Amino acid sequence: MSAYVSDAINAIYVVAVLVFILGLKAMSSPVTARRGIRYAGVAMLIAVAVTFFSPGLSNFLLIIAGVAIGGLAGWYWARVVKMTAMPQMVAMFNGMGGGAAAAIAAVELLSTLGNQVTSSLSVAGAIIGSISIAGSMIAFLKLQGWMPSKAIVLPARQFVNTGVLVVGVASGVLLLWTGSFFWMLPFFVLLLLYGILLTLPIGGADMPVVIALFNALTGVAVALDGFALVNGPLGDAGYAMVIAGTLVGASGSLLTLLMAKAMNRSVGNVFFSAFGATEETGVTMAGSMKPIEASDVAAMMEYANQLIIVPGYGMAVAQAQGKVKELAELLESKGVPVKFAIHPVAGRMPGHMNVLLAEAGIDYSKLFDRDEINAEFPNTDVALVIGANDVVNPAAHRQGSPLFGMPILDVEGAKNVIVIKRGQGKGFAGVENDLFYRDNCHMLYGDAQAAVGKLVAALKQS
Amino acid sequence: MAADIWTALFIALLAIFVGYEVISRVPVLLHTPLMSGSNFIHGIVLVGGIVALGLATNTAEEAIGFIAVVMGAMNVTGGYVVTERILAMFDRSKPKEGSKPKGGGP
Repeated sequence: MSAYVSDAINAIYVVAVLVFILGLKAMSSPVTARRGIRYAGVAMLIAVAVTFFSPGLSNFLLIIAGVAIGGLAGWYWARVVKMTAMPQMVAMFNGMGGGAAAAIAAVELLSTLGNQVTSSLSVAGAIIGSISIAGSMIAFLKLQGWMPSKAIVLPARQFVNTGVLVVGVASGVLLLWTGSFFWMLPFFVLLLLYGILLTLPIGGADMPVVIALFNALTGVAVALDGFALVNGPLGDAGYAMVIAGTLVGASGSLLTLLMAKAMNRSVGNVFFSAFGATEETGVTMAGSMKPIEASDVAAMMEYANQLIIVPGYGMAVAQAQGKVKELAELLESKGVPVKFAIHPVAGRMPGHMNVLLAEAGIDYSKLFDRDEINAEFPNTDVALVIGANDVVNPAAHRQGSPLFGMPILDVEGAKNVIVIKRGQGKGFAGVENDLFYRDNCHMLYGDAQAAVGKLVAALKQS
Repeated sequence: MAADIWTALFIALLAIFVGYEVISRVPVLLHTPLMSGSNFIHGIVLVGGIVALGLATNTAEEAIGFIAVVMGAMNVTGGYVVTERILAMFDRSKPKEGSKPKGGGP
């Protein structure tokens, strides 16, 4: 009897895994993406449901209570949160996955510490899962604004961090070696601490890389737990975890590398250099920042052959995307084509700008990648930079600059560049922006929403 | 017994290539949904949590297993809802008021 049940459960896990792969595949096109996640959702529901029928399971009341509490909390929270809070939500739910992986590893260690193979895998899963939850929570706090988002640099950082990691991993090894549960506490505490210390010195603008990497790490932790489980009495669930976790680990690593490449920095540099904590000094700029009035900008845009809008984190902070859409529609009604130039790391998570503009209802056929649009700037009358800084900084072409080599949007090629910016401060990288001092560049100071609002008002009057 | 782990290793190796191939040409437009969707998929950890709690034999295992189930369930539902909400905004079949879909895009 129970053999049939196991076979049926196995068959369902196989189907679920297949649908996960197809669901991920569907993510490569906007037309099929939504269908993909729905199929994956159904597959997940069925996989979780059949797990209840696994032979030998007990503690049903606890399981149901846990699923109900966690499920409803996650569902409710993700429903009510504003779209602008999506980056921290992704970080939060990713952290939950890492925490679950660490907790499963802890249970495995408690129950099978005698088995060296299983326990070693559990220790590995626990290491990665703990780093993932602690790091994701710091990323969450920073993105949510409950913690300063700039790089927090503690003294002797590299030394302390490495020490914590080494002693933490050593506790794990001692746990395996001695078989004494005494080592579990320092093991978990130190690795959670390492996750925190690792993420503290990473500033807001590097978050796209961080979120992508922790996502991949959680996938790896889940896969390692799966390895540990395949030896146990209910190994079938382990295989499903190995496949799904590895899929996420691989795709997440790829996305992490893409994000790092878009900044021309290595993942190691993002994590260990405390980038942006120190400002570039000793560079003097020729020229000055020239302010401009909204009415002048409106006139300039009205007679432009084309307008390219370059959004950045400033647009997200001011939640100006609705106003930006109004501006774009107004100009198009006056016969001025409007395009959007999207830098891969603009904002706080991969694809952040795309999400904000889509929320405002701007059609994605108007959004262009860096490679697609860079050639168009020289033939464009007006480029409007809204709250973006480092991704349009020509210092990236200057030898010796911290930004040197970063692929940027070459807005300086446009006949006129208007930069909407709150003040004269430097960007996240702490580097002066050469662009602001160019002859063809003018500054429209103010909060992005207010400034774009003024532009809309001025255009309506004319 | 260790044979199971070798089998799992073969599977993982293949899954690495599948993961790489499947998403290697994702446009920037879909980076957020991809990340959020894979965030949802590692919610399969809930299955492991249920197994761990279901096989727990003492209070310590039950307590930690319960935490695993709660966190795993949050990962699953939160990850799903976030992805679904993001993708709903890219959906062209139901344009929001005021936005006029245009042809010519992908």
